[in-house]
Amino acid sequence: MSAPDVEAGAASAVSADRHRRRPVTGSLLVGGLIVAVVIGMALLSFVWTPHDPTLVDPSVRLQEPSPDYWFGTDKFGRDVFSQILMGSRTTLFVGFVAVGVAALIGVPLGIVAGMAPRWFGELLMRGNDLLLAFPALLLAIMFAAVYGAGTLVAMVAIGIASIPHFARLIRGGTLQVMRTEYVIAARAAGRGPFAIAVRHVLPNVSSLVIVQASVGFAISVLAEAALSFLGFGTPPPTPSWGRMLQESQELLSIAPRLAVFPGVAIAVAVLGFNLLGDGLRDRFDPKLEDRR
Amino acid sequence: MAEQPTSTPLAPEPRTGPADAISVRDVTRVYQRPRTSLRRPSPPVHALRGVSFGIPQGQRFGIVGESGCGKSTLLRIMAGLDRPTSGGVAIDGRDITGLRERRLKFVRERLQLVFQDPMSSLDPRMRVGDIVAEPLVAQGHGNRRERVAELLEAVGLRADAADRYPHQFSGGQRQRISIARALAPRPKIIVADEPVSALDVSVRAQVLNLIADLVDELSLTLVFVSHDLSVVRHVCDRVAVMHAGQIVETGSTEQVYEDPRHSYTRRLIAAVPTLGKALSGVSAADLNRE
Repeated sequence: MSAPDVEAGAASAVSADRHRRRPVTGSLLVGGLIVAVVIGMALLSFVWTPHDPTLVDPSVRLQEPSPDYWFGTDKFGRDVFSQILMGSRTTLFVGFVAVGVAALIGVPLGIVAGMAPRWFGELLMRGNDLLLAFPALLLAIMFAAVYGAGTLVAMVAIGIASIPHFARLIRGGTLQVMRTEYVIAARAAGRGPFAIAVRHVLPNVSSLVIVQASVGFAISVLAEAALSFLGFGTPPPTPSWGRMLQESQELLSIAPRLAVFPGVAIAVAVLGFNLLGDGLRDRFDPKLEDRR
Repeated sequence: MAEQPTSTPLAPEPRTGPADAISVRDVTRVYQRPRTSLRRPSPPVHALRGVSFGIPQGQRFGIVGESGCGKSTLLRIMAGLDRPTSGGVAIDGRDITGLRERRLKFVRERLQLVFQDPMSSLDPRMRVGDIVAEPLVAQGHGNRRERVAELLEAVGLRADAADRYPHQFSGGQRQRISIARALAPRPKIIVADEPVSALDVSVRAQVLNLIADLVDELSLTLVFVSHDLSVVRHVCDRVAVMHAGQIVETGSTEQVYEDPRHSYTRRLIAAVPTLGKALSGVSAADLNRE
């Protein structure tokens, strides 16, 4: 898992010449491809699955993979392949909610902390550090205890726990943008702080947001799997890769394939989002390119 | 051009008056550096130590000095973008010291800046048309499209430049864009911070001439900051020489250039590279010895 803290390297992504086109790197290509496949699976599940993924049919329980059941069936006789297809929806939903919450709050927070007077920015960042020190999974379990277990609750919690990563990164980028002469020129032109934030800072830190979002996406997919595994995530019968993994646990010696399919799906999806994040960072960060 | 020769070696007495476009009264600026020790207080940096001068309307005023002498700090304070630690600045006789941003509107309308680095002074994410129009938007002017086209033509760029991004232009062209933006709100004062230092020698003269012509044509007051005395000589009537946060000499450009009084000014003039010196084998290292 790539470190979510990319402040040091990514701050230099705020550079003058982002518009220059760079060749597409391997990780960007592979990552993009994997993410596209996951999105494709989710879209496909809306129109077609080989079987009803939630249909319980004891007559076909624990079937081996066959032309009829591609990945076999689980202990209730549900089609594993259909569940994997359907589960990709949960995965994507989870990613979008968690990253959405984190970005919608974290990005404005970072910009404010970067533009505000120094003492206020420092104050915000110290509060941020406090939240950063709190483990995301623990927060999610706490939320589940208070508001009841559910995909949305879990993901809002993961999103809140990811806010500090966004805020810190975006503050770094904002501080850098605020030092540029085009911001000074905008001030001299009579632009107020809000216009500077929206018209200059936000567009120039947007590449940082994209990179952090793709990394955050991977983290939240993993977190949802972990939470579902612990029973605090997606409740049955909605298919979720994490819960499939949990349900396979007791049958691990009889039917290990029930753990392998969702496990591989999670690993590949997380890998895909991480590669995409790395690829985007390579593309947007000129300093990394020099080092290579 | 026929300015009174008021050159004095130290502590020049400024002629300030209500008619001056800019008057600077005994400005100091102290920065706090980050603490280096737990026991000792953070070391202060004296960027400006009591700077005073006045610039009459329509004058082309040069400020020369090496990097780190406080030129840029002075310039930001003059533009109302930074606050002096003590002393004051008046634009058109109105004191701007310590005013809130809302009350600085008249400065934003009257005074505009041109920066050194044409890479970083234009937002890479904005189209040139929007960049040039920014002061117009900020100050609520109408007819922006026509004005932008007019400005681009005035600085010698094609009208279709408005739809392109800064990275599609050369350094000299970007500096023209910067000049167009500065002229957009019809200011009376232009403050240029090393506007040609980052440019190739081949385009320097073009940009300098453009600035000089526009200043003449629009009868503007020009404050021109540079580390290069020969560039200042090219455009300015009067010059102030800055060293270590103080003005060590002021006078008409010719006089300071021909007959420098202060030893620092003499060093600065000696540092101007000439063909003769280069041929006789003077290297940069020789300039420090005197």
